[in-house]
Amino acid sequence: MSLLSIQDLSVTFGPFRAVDRLSYEVNAGEVVGIVGESGSGKSVSSLALMGLIDYPGKVTANELNFEGMKLLEMKDKARRKITGDEIAMIFQDPMTALNPCFTVGDQIMEAIAVHQGGSRKERKLKAVDLLRQVGIPAPEERIKSFPHQLSGGMSQRVMIAMAIACDPKLLIADEPTTALDVTIQAQIIDLLLDLQRQKNMGLILITHDLALVAEAADRVVVMYAGQVVETGPAAEIFARPSHPYTEALMKSLPESSQGKARLDALPGVVPGANDRPSGCLLNPRCPYATDKCRTEEPELIETDGRSVRCFTPLTQQEDAA
Amino acid sequence: MFQFVMRRVGMVIPTFIGVSLLTFSLIHLIPGDPVTVMGGERGFSAEQRAEVEAMLGLDKPLVQQYGLYVINILRGDLGISFVTKEPVMHEFLTLFPATIELSVFAAIFAILIGLPLGIIAAVKRGSVFDHTVMTASLAGYSMPIFWWGLLLILLMSVQLDITPVAGRIDALYWVDEVTGFMIIDAWLSGEEGAVGSALAHLFLPSIVLGTIPMAVIARMTRSSMLEVLGEDYIRTARAKGLSPTRVVMKHALRNALIPVVTVIGLQVGTLLGGAILTETIFAWPGIGKWLIEAIGRRDYPVVQGGLLMIACIIIVVNLLVDLTYGIINPRVRHSK
Amino acid sequence: MTQSNPTVQKPVTPLAEFWFYFRQNRGAVIGLAYVAFIVMMALLASLLAPHSPTEQFRDFILAPPAFSDGGSTQFLLGTDGVGRDILSRLMHGARLSLLIGLVIVLVSLVMGICLGLMAGYFGGVIDTAIMRISDILQSLPPLLLAIAIVAVLGPSILNAGLALSLVYLPHYTRLTRASVLAERNRDYVVASRVAGAHAWRLMFITILPNCLAPLIVQATLSFSNAILDMAALGFLGLGAQPPLPEWGTMLATAREYIQSAWWVVTFPGLAILSTVLAFNLMGDGLRDALDPKLKQ
Repeated sequence: MSLLSIQDLSVTFGPFRAVDRLSYEVNAGEVVGIVGESGSGKSVSSLALMGLIDYPGKVTANELNFEGMKLLEMKDKARRKITGDEIAMIFQDPMTALNPCFTVGDQIMEAIAVHQGGSRKERKLKAVDLLRQVGIPAPEERIKSFPHQLSGGMSQRVMIAMAIACDPKLLIADEPTTALDVTIQAQIIDLLLDLQRQKNMGLILITHDLALVAEAADRVVVMYAGQVVETGPAAEIFARPSHPYTEALMKSLPESSQGKARLDALPGVVPGANDRPSGCLLNPRCPYATDKCRTEEPELIETDGRSVRCFTPLTQQEDAA
Repeated sequence: MFQFVMRRVGMVIPTFIGVSLLTFSLIHLIPGDPVTVMGGERGFSAEQRAEVEAMLGLDKPLVQQYGLYVINILRGDLGISFVTKEPVMHEFLTLFPATIELSVFAAIFAILIGLPLGIIAAVKRGSVFDHTVMTASLAGYSMPIFWWGLLLILLMSVQLDITPVAGRIDALYWVDEVTGFMIIDAWLSGEEGAVGSALAHLFLPSIVLGTIPMAVIARMTRSSMLEVLGEDYIRTARAKGLSPTRVVMKHALRNALIPVVTVIGLQVGTLLGGAILTETIFAWPGIGKWLIEAIGRRDYPVVQGGLLMIACIIIVVNLLVDLTYGIINPRVRHSK
Repeated sequence: MTQSNPTVQKPVTPLAEFWFYFRQNRGAVIGLAYVAFIVMMALLASLLAPHSPTEQFRDFILAPPAFSDGGSTQFLLGTDGVGRDILSRLMHGARLSLLIGLVIVLVSLVMGICLGLMAGYFGGVIDTAIMRISDILQSLPPLLLAIAIVAVLGPSILNAGLALSLVYLPHYTRLTRASVLAERNRDYVVASRVAGAHAWRLMFITILPNCLAPLIVQATLSFSNAILDMAALGFLGLGAQPPLPEWGTMLATAREYIQSAWWVVTFPGLAILSTVLAFNLMGDGLRDALDPKLKQ
């Protein structure tokens, strides 16, 4: 049984589909990378997972199971019990994600208190230990700090400490390094991956950084305009991308344009709420679009552990050639 | 921290000076000859005129007059009332507790009702409850409070006969004035029913005086809460699996209350201003009524002294609010 | 390779955009409608009012309103203690209140803007002096300060108006000054200065138009405060003097009739409440429509 199993997850805000029939799986100890541009729905989908989507957003799914438990059917109280305990999440901007009125130690100890209990002394010891685990020096002093006294990198470490406080089985990291300095980014990613390995956590890594995913992830889910366009093992996808969008993403990396006068970029922009094209969502920008692409919507088709949503997948084209 | 306090105190001193200048100049700004105006319809005889002039020191040069004025203030001497011949400061101190008592109860009413309403309206944003609270609070501060008081008297006292019409306590209780606070004095007197009567008399005036502050607090709390509830750290708190009550009451409230505390402090000015009207309607013997009557009777030392005292109180309260804000906002607390 | 064309929308005029946001706030629209009604009433009072506001009908003293027993349709809302028709007085009172409110707001707005512009633009001693005076004026509750000024000048509707203009002055000064300080170092101002514009032009023509939004909102709210405070002064006998049909002055004598003639007490107050509420609703809607942060 997989750790997390999602099938046809949709999140709508009125008529706007932020997430459209998302499906993927995460197994214990596996790192799944979710890539996409801003507006692809990758963050919204993980918020839906955690139960953090509010009215007027509506969350529907055929299957949203965590360790067999049907998340959407659970009562709020039961769901809150596993939130923060078995599934945890860290967010993009650590500087605003911590409550400025409470010390760092208080906020970590609160996470422990809600799910595990224990005396204040026990929780304090655990908090200090957690800070040590995430690489914060002099943790006994640091737990008395307020968030505004910490740097970006330190704050993110605190967030991670708070998230792993109850030894979650699944950790969702939503663009954990986007708001940080480049030099710190590598440190934080290393920390995350170390912790993941040590505790054998499932890790969902949401990012727009392809290079990161290529290095860190076991499997990749590529999203475009709220839909999954391709999934598969990381190595395979990057070696032989199947969906034109994945290919475009890879081509747009500066490394792949060495020697060229201009960067390879797809023309056009991601469709917003008001200008969804008919047929395949990528068709206005896709270099391989056919008439069928402009009129019919492709389904996500799975073959050999990879799935792709396209009428003219690149692997097929290659094979045909 | 000390620097912060000292700096704030330093900024306030010029304001004190300015206010004293303002009250000082009141008498001299009266169009025409102030002494003639003070004489009113009957006018003064030559003797009386000379007496008044000497008392006010009007025969001396302006700067010297101001100097004397300031020295007297610092000694606590605000002059003598024309009407009662009592020292103004003494009258003020005697009547002030009544106003404080009224204001305190009005403030309690405003906070006890306004704060929860604002919090719930924010949490249930867009609901019928929210709209009702917003409209009701808007009506609350669109209300002319002198009319509101009259209306409530009409309803509660005249039609329904629930509450008394005027005064602080029923005439049949004789209560020694120990502290000036009727509730305490009534309790101290040991007479049965005295405290109840005092509370009954406080009921309507407190509601009337507290209506506008309540509306302001409700709106301010709501908007502050809404802003806080949209912050990232609230999302983090929910991601930790905290119950909604805990998220609101612990995480959101602490942050939301910071600006609200400031607003509550600033309502003191509204309370003192509103006290004038409320005390007039309910015949409540506090400094508001005292001032209005003094104006009507052209009792200028009282007007001067009363205004000065009220201004000073407000300045001091604003200063305290400022300092409190510096203490409760951790970002300010730790930066200096 | 073809591209599908997303629909391009026609650019919207600022007025149309403003109305779109304003319209969404139902309270604001109701407020606007009521304000329009009151303005109409004020403008056409002489035509629409059934009687003169000062004529005393000795035979009909304290007549009840038409819908309660003892009343007649001659005096729809009843008469007061000396037999004057309350409805007519209310209508003429609307004219008074709106007019004086307008004057008060305009005077304090114009003076406040000038002072605020000077304080923000010139800075230094001028700024400190203006701000200090504002501080002093704001250290007293507005009503109290107004009462003090009227006490000095003598009770009359003119003096009350003057006093209130002075009392509201600091708000506009501060608002303008804050906006000026924010805009002063912006590129478009620097560009104008480099092009040779002198101080007055910079202040009034370049900077001021960009500070208008908060000022407009404050003006609407001040207007409703002006009506309230004016009524309060009238009630205390310090504002409009009888027989002027100012709503607050009408309430000054109403107290004695609280037990005998409830309509004398109720209707003037309702007039004040409804008008002020309507302006406040409008002001709320204005603020929401003009605030870019709330736009989606």
